[in-house]
Amino acid sequence: MGKNPKVIHVEDIVVKFAGDSGDGMQLTGSQFSDTSAFIGNDLSTFPDYPAEIRAPQGTIAGVSGFQVHIGEKEITTPGDQADVLVAMNPAALKANMKWIKNGATIIIDIDHFDNKHYKKAGYVEDPLHDGSMEGYNVVKAPITMLTRDTAKPFGLDQKTADRTRNQFVAGLLYWLFNRDIKLGEDFLSNKFKSKPDLVKANIAVLHAGYNYAETIEALSTTFMVDPVKNKKGLFRNITGNQATAWGLLAAAERADKSLFLGSYPITPATEILQEISSRKHLGAVAFQAEDEIAGISSAIGASFAGRLSATTTSGPGLALKGEAIGLAVITELPLVIVDVQRGGPSTGLPTKTEQSDLMQALYGRSGESPVVVLAASTPANCFDYAFEASKIALEHMTPVILLTDGYLANGSELWNIPSTDNLPKIKPPLVEDNDDTYQPYKRDPEKLNRFWAIPGQEGLRHRVGGLEKEDVTGNVSHDALNHQVMVNLRQQKVDKVVDFIPELQVIGDSEGELLVIGWGGTYGGLVSAVNDMRKEGYGISLAHFNYINPLPKNTAEVLSGFKKKIVCEINMGQFAFYLRSKFQKHEFQQFNKVQGLPFFISELKEKFREILDAK
Amino acid sequence: MSEKIIETGTLSRKDFKLDTPVKWCAGCGAHAVLASIQGTIPETGVRKEDVVFVSGIGCSSRFPYYIDTYGFHSLHGRATAIASGIKTANPNLSVWVITGDGDSMAIGGNHFIHIIRRNINVNIILFNNKIYGLTKGQYSPTTPKGSITKTSPEGTIENSFQPGELAMGAQGTFFARVVDTDPKMMKDVLLKAAQHKGTSVVEVLLNCVIFANEVHKEITGKEVRDDHQVYLKHGEPMIFGKNRDKGIRYNCNKMEVVTIGEDGITEDDILVHDATNPDDSTHYNLVRMGLPEFPVAMGVVRAAESTVFESLMHDQVTNAQKHSKIKTVNDLINSGNVFRIDQKS
Ligand code: SF4
Repeated sequence: MGKNPKVIHVEDIVVKFAGDSGDGMQLTGSQFSDTSAFIGNDLSTFPDYPAEIRAPQGTIAGVSGFQVHIGEKEITTPGDQADVLVAMNPAALKANMKWIKNGATIIIDIDHFDNKHYKKAGYVEDPLHDGSMEGYNVVKAPITMLTRDTAKPFGLDQKTADRTRNQFVAGLLYWLFNRDIKLGEDFLSNKFKSKPDLVKANIAVLHAGYNYAETIEALSTTFMVDPVKNKKGLFRNITGNQATAWGLLAAAERADKSLFLGSYPITPATEILQEISSRKHLGAVAFQAEDEIAGISSAIGASFAGRLSATTTSGPGLALKGEAIGLAVITELPLVIVDVQRGGPSTGLPTKTEQSDLMQALYGRSGESPVVVLAASTPANCFDYAFEASKIALEHMTPVILLTDGYLANGSELWNIPSTDNLPKIKPPLVEDNDDTYQPYKRDPEKLNRFWAIPGQEGLRHRVGGLEKEDVTGNVSHDALNHQVMVNLRQQKVDKVVDFIPELQVIGDSEGELLVIGWGGTYGGLVSAVNDMRKEGYGISLAHFNYINPLPKNTAEVLSGFKKKIVCEINMGQFAFYLRSKFQKHEFQQFNKVQGLPFFISELKEKFREILDAK
Repeated sequence: MSEKIIETGTLSRKDFKLDTPVKWCAGCGAHAVLASIQGTIPETGVRKEDVVFVSGIGCSSRFPYYIDTYGFHSLHGRATAIASGIKTANPNLSVWVITGDGDSMAIGGNHFIHIIRRNINVNIILFNNKIYGLTKGQYSPTTPKGSITKTSPEGTIENSFQPGELAMGAQGTFFARVVDTDPKMMKDVLLKAAQHKGTSVVEVLLNCVIFANEVHKEITGKEVRDDHQVYLKHGEPMIFGKNRDKGIRYNCNKMEVVTIGEDGITEDDILVHDATNPDDSTHYNLVRMGLPEFPVAMGVVRAAESTVFESLMHDQVTNAQKHSKIKTVNDLINSGNVFRIDQKS
């Protein structure tokens, strides 16, 4: 049985799974990703959740997607457009037609391509016969019918049987990518551990999909992606939210503290709260508060009581926390505030990504209220920056805002698992009991932080609060000159953090025609675009910022090496505005997009070429 | 959960006094509460270092600056949320919240009901002067309807809150009411509040001499107080009045005031106070009693047992630590789907 398909070796390939939210496409996507990671491909994934929890079946609003980009080369983004699309119904096809490459392979469940479903998807004409599919390799697979036939002997009701359709798709993909189907079986045995009947049915359907692919004519070529080069060690696939939670836990461990998270559920930050909630075995406490304000307030209380404390949120929540962040600034307590940015203003686009909270993070409080601001730039390095944010907060006694975004939070990539023993120890400025030199606002001469005396400690009773403090003693003071001194000190303390952070690294030459500037979650797209263009011979480099406030020491020096500079952000130009205020001699061009989507490499390159070719 | 207990009696009121000048107006009821609390804490047997006072914003909230313990003068309305974090982070601490009617009933209403619902073992002392003092005389959520204030020149048109009703509505396990002019009652009740496991709310009917002078006069006035207050004591009949001849009883499920010796009523007909009854319906009726039909209920209205949030939280933590195979972050990040890539470059 079977045929001898042509095997094409590809450097990288993008697969998109799309269907109704009930079709299990997220599961098939993760299954495909895990298998890819297992055989050593580099990867990046991005789920595309519908805004509604269960929008009407078959409609565009109900389409749930999952994009995976795998490769033997280093993968930094989930990919602009897909090479392979799985569309479980006409709505999934319609929603994704503009996100697939010319000539892409499109696998559809033909059993759902009928007039009823066309109507739901808003098709006027039958898309399979109106010429719009020309140039694509369309595989019309009777997925529903074959799945039902296969599942029948297992005695599943039709609804449950239909839920295994995603395994038909998985089987088909295992064949298409020359994967060992055993990996799929293992995944299912593990997934439905407690339900052996379901495992059997799913595995049967998986095989059905595999066998079907082997026999049909439309799939005459298969793909082969070799293991990634230049990577070695232990890896796992990790999302930004998971990495953020784990970074906080690692920091607590390295500081000999237990973690306290005070938070309120909000898309797209909720998974961090969920993850910490299930980490009590590491001594972590997650306090699900009654609102955003109580979330941060409880965290401030826990920080006063001596814990590593954090609060997680998204833009609207950060707005509500503004007053309390001011309290953490004036009481000079360590606190990590994670803002997983989403489209705004107001409720905006909760499930879509944006970088538009930068100004809010920097300035969104009453009074002169400086805080340290960091930004993670890949799903995996959310771990590093959550750790770093905690370290700075604890060692410098300051609130730190960590900016991630919906794209990093839900996206995943391969993470080279570190050993926590290699992470630096975190040493908060604690005070010995009965230290009679202790004064609440006495400072460390180097970092300018005050010291952390914790309730329960003997001989260190003191009071903190939101009223202006007298220098050194911490008594309430309305004195005019003292206020000036304290405002200066709080600013200088944050400025001094610059001596404890790494310099800005330039990707590419340190001098050239064009410096591309980015920060946070746009890294993957920017680095791909810049590297591609460097290969084409362009004098282009990338400076990507993770430290926003303070900016790395050598920033001015980096900027000076380039004739032109362009700041690319998923907002209307907030970082460009910030850089202009700091580096007034320099001119910055802007490339901005606010569509709830990350940058596409193609649009970046087009823009950069336009600047460089214009000479 | 264990509270570190040291021998009682080793500390006294003066151990909790600070040198800082107390800046409340002369004659403000807050002075008396401060003295009572400073006198009560030594009797709770808690180490001085384990006591934390948290306050919000308002006249009352300057309190932490006047007592020699750890203190946190926080944000308007947020003291209960901050205290929740402190107590959950370290259950060994004895945590007190000082708040006012604006702080806890208006801007902090949400945190007030939720700390009570969770039953976090914190003592909330609510200074109810029925006015905004610090901002100089605007009506608050407890200001009686019709009152003329700076923001209600024609009289307020809002119904007012009874803090006790909110506490009961939020499934409160401890609610008490005291007046600032009765130091003995205050100390008695404060000690019971401190000993209660769970959130204790003590409403202090407090006089603001400047902006709402004598607002509680009908309750606290020397002439009327015996007839207008019923001091509830667990296990004792609810008898009150100058001649101790009035009492409360149920008549067809409705509370009423009766006179002992009239219409054949004897002491046996009078309701005996059961503060510990899990069913809060009588407590609810008691906090709602008001003049002129009823006396105002004073003392501990409710002191019922229930689970305490931070104890359960720490039980869950201990249990998870005992049973999970994942002991460190290294274990965690190496658990589950981990892949070895061994590709030669
Ligand atoms: S204004 Fe009223 S409540 Fe405030 S301190 Fe003066 S008397 Fe007390």
